[in-house]
Parts: sequence; structure tokens; C-alpha cells
Amino acid sequence: MKITEREVRYVADLANLALTDDEVRKFQHDLDEILAHMDRLNEIQTSGVEPMTQVVYEAGETATLRPDRERPGIGSELALANAPLASHGYFKVPEVIKR
Amino acid sequence: MDISSLTVDVVKEGLQARRFSAVELTTEALRHAREENPKTNAYLHFSDERALATARCVDEKLARGEDPGLLAGVPVAIKDVIVTQGVRTTCGSKLLAGYVPPYDATAVTRLEQAGAVMIGKTNCDEFAMGSSNENSAFGPVRNPHAPDRVPGGSSGGSAAAVAQGTAVVALGSDTGGSVRQPASFCGVVGVTPTYGRVSRYGLTAFASSLDHIGPLARNVRDAAQVLRAIAGRDALDSTSAEAPIPDYTAQLDGNVKSMKLGLPREYLKDLTSETGDLISKGIETLQKMGCEVREISLPTTDYAIGCYYIIATAEASSNLARYDGVRYTFRSRSSETLSDMYRKTRGEGFGAECKRRIMLGTYVLSAGYYDAYYLKAQKVRTLIARDFSNAFSQVDAIVAPVSPFPAFKIGEKLDDPMAMYLSDIYTITGDLAGIPCMSVPCGKTAEGLPVGMQILAKHFDEARMFRLADAFERSGGASN
Repeated sequence: MKITEREVRYVADLANLALTDDEVRKFQHDLDEILAHMDRLNEIQTSGVEPMTQVVYEAGETATLRPDRERPGIGSELALANAPLASHGYFKVPEVIKR
Repeated sequence: MDISSLTVDVVKEGLQARRFSAVELTTEALRHAREENPKTNAYLHFSDERALATARCVDEKLARGEDPGLLAGVPVAIKDVIVTQGVRTTCGSKLLAGYVPPYDATAVTRLEQAGAVMIGKTNCDEFAMGSSNENSAFGPVRNPHAPDRVPGGSSGGSAAAVAQGTAVVALGSDTGGSVRQPASFCGVVGVTPTYGRVSRYGLTAFASSLDHIGPLARNVRDAAQVLRAIAGRDALDSTSAEAPIPDYTAQLDGNVKSMKLGLPREYLKDLTSETGDLISKGIETLQKMGCEVREISLPTTDYAIGCYYIIATAEASSNLARYDGVRYTFRSRSSETLSDMYRKTRGEGFGAECKRRIMLGTYVLSAGYYDAYYLKAQKVRTLIARDFSNAFSQVDAIVAPVSPFPAFKIGEKLDDPMAMYLSDIYTITGDLAGIPCMSVPCGKTAEGLPVGMQILAKHFDEARMFRLADAFERSGGASN
């Protein structure tokens, strides 16, 4: 096994994902298989190759800065409209630290 | 009025000749789509009010003698990962079941400016992750050609709506083949434009360096007209490109004589199935039309799946971090602390495929693995893009399959995620390189299942890709 059950639980924790025990077992199996396939990339020589972080093509210079003009925002009422819990112009969440 | 046989040009002509008004057409399109929807589950919701308002606007322009726009009155369906102001946008996820966006995606704004009428939002794999549309929280979509089979994914609803004839054209999104593969499975045209050709503003982010919005249509001409309407630089997406947009339809002259086409050895060597036979027949048709065909090599192909699933899941794990139960998703009821609320909301809200990809992406980005996976994959991506630029120094376009097989049975591949990932091999490379690519119908199997042929071209060379696809379509495709 390339990935242990402990690692699966650790990664789920990093991802803020509550998993059931069944899911942990299932993902351990799936991730193991997929990571084994991904490890094949080590067969290919990439020293001196630049990483491609974005699609690049030959083109004229793109103006990446837009004019800095004032425009109205959507307003807090609309911004909060989809919130599961909100009041007085704020998103409400459960206790951050348990006392 | 037969909605299912309409094209963009037929709608235009009918409106100009006053055979019907845009409001009449829209009313009929909405009625027809609702009536047909139980057969496929292609639509998640309809947008009557907004559709009729757009249609009235088109009719008023016509009455005043103004130009109503390139796509005036055309009923369009929009994949539910593209946000629409005031119209529910679920991304196929339980997390966003009630989400009503406060703004429009640029592509939607541009479609409506061109007079197109959005009639509804289409079903898709959750957050566009999947190749079968079975990962939707709102049930699978059925293939209009065979109701026991998948329509492909992730833009399965958009492809099914166009194939079923309830929308004239549709928008989908493509990160690893999600427009082309369902187009191929449903026997319609599906286009993934050059990365940056169409603004991603308002497209729910899956893997930002790979995401594209693209049109689906029943013919190449309609797809080209939709792309023309939505393409172009947008100040709201800094990766959108400042590149001239040609009048694609003016170039659909059927002349492809002496066009040099490359057949990638690596894509065709194992393709011995019925799909392979149809693609071979399609290639013969292209030769009869005067194209010069030669074998080419894309040597890094074998590593594309690994490369793609590292980059796509890494970017997805970051992009999906925003669904945390605070601002716009459903929230788990049973949590006592903030961190507990995040974990439970996400655990209860995401479907299995999204969780699997979040886990993979988080793993490959985690301490100690970044260089071995993510950085390595980005370097391999450079090699894959280089394969294509080398190929395009010898040929004008590349012809390939879209999928190794036609539409499969619903449920058939659900338990084997690795097999599902491997089936994306012919489509992910175009997304990794950021080049334009499309699927055009290439006949049907003995069982009557459609097969698509893929055409890939140089960055921003959609015009040539459309010219070839249109000529192929006119010649009758593989049936010639």
C-alpha cells in the first residue's frame, strides 16, 4: 500500500472533510491505485524543463490592468442572501473556540 | 413549429419573415423542453420569466427595425456550473441546491446581448467532475439515443438537450473533455475553444488553468456562431485573450483541399474497436475531400492521464475549499464548533467523486509531495504542449478519436474510478496544451450509438478547425 489509513485520515483533515470509516477504506484503495498510476511520471526525464503554470501562446501583449474606475458593489443584502445563517449584515457561524 | 429541427439560421429567417415572434418561439420552446425533459432529465430548472423578457426585447428590436443580434430568439440551454443572476445555479451539487447567484457569467451576458434566449439550466456531474453525468446530486441524465445509457459528462445535460432537440444550442464547460465527450456520445457538435478565447468569469472554478466554456450545437455552423458571440477579451477575467475573432461562418466554404492533417500514432494504435473503424472511415472521407493525411507522433501521450489528474485535482482541491457552509452552501445542522461545521458540511455535502478528487488534490499538494507530484506534472505538461507545437509545425490540424468507446450503460463503470479516468485519454491533452479542439459526429455503431471524431488545431485557429469540421459534416461524415 502506497498510502496508509492514517495518511488518508490526515489528508481528510487537511481538506476539512469528515469521512466515514467506510469512505476512509474506499479512498485508501482508490488513492492507492491512482497514485500508483501517477508515479509513472517518474519514468520521464524532466530536468531542465520549465513547469507550465498557465497556458502560453504567442500573442500580443495583453493589457492586464483595467481602468481603476469606481463601480457599485452588490450590497450586503444580496451578498448575504444565500447564506445559511445571517443577521445584522453578517454571516453567522458556530462558536470558533470551545470555552 | 418543430423546435427540434431549428437551427440558428432558420430562427433568424423565421423572425425576419415574421413567421413567428421571439415570444411565440420561446413559449413553445419552454413547453416542448418541459414536456420532453422526463425522458432524459437534461434540465434541472427552467427560466421562463427571464426567457420571455429576453424574447420581448428581441421582438421590440425587430418591430423598431433594429438588428436583434447574431443569435436573436435562439433557445439556448446553459450548463448549471455557469452562474446566472436570479436563476438557481446548483453545479449539480447538494451543497448549492438553493444557490441563486447575484451576477451573470460573461458568456451568458454576451449570449443575451446577441439576442439568444436562455430557457433553462442543464444537469451535469457535480462541479463538472465526471465523464458520465452520473455524479449529479439530481440524478443521472439519459442519452436521447439510448435511454439506458449515459450521455457522457460532465456537460451531459447540455449535450442531451441539443441532441433531444429541446434547445437549438447550449453552453457546456470543458476541463478534460467535458464538452467533446458528451457531444460525441450524443451525436452533436461540441467545441472547446482555445484557453482564454472565452471569458471564465462566472464559470464555477474546477481547475482554473484548464477550464473552458464551449458551445454544443447540432451543426458546425451554429457552434461557430455561438463561439463568435461569446468570445473575446473580458476585463473580468485576466486570462481572457486579446485576440481577433474572425467571422467563422464566412470561412465555411467546404474547401479543405491540400489541408495537412496529422494522425497521432499514439491515439490510434490501440483503437481496434467499432469506434476505431468509424474514425478510420472518417479519415478516408477526409482524404477523398482532398486532405493530405500523415502519421505524426505525440510521444508524451502515455503520461497525460497522470499529469492531468495531478494538476486538475490539485487545482480543484483549492477551488472547492470555498464550499464551507458559511456564505452560500447548505450547512450541516449537527455541528457545535466552526471547524466541526466545515468538516461536516463538506462531508455531508460533496458526492463521492468530488471527495475523491479533493483527497487526491490535497495529497499531491501536501508537505513533502508538492515537488514529486504537482511540480513534476507541470513539467510534463510543458512536454505535452511541446508535442503539439512540434506537430503543428508539420500539419494544419490533428484528427483523433474523442473517446475509446461509445455511450456505456448507466451504472456500468461507477465502481471503477481509475477506468473512468483512463477513458479521458484522447481529450485531456487538448486541455493541457490549451489548444482549440472539437467533436464532430462521425457515424454510428451497429447498435445505433453515435461516435464523434476529434479535430485539434493551433492556438486561436478555430476558423480552420471549423472549416474542416463543416466540410466533413457536409460530406456526410463517416457514412460517406
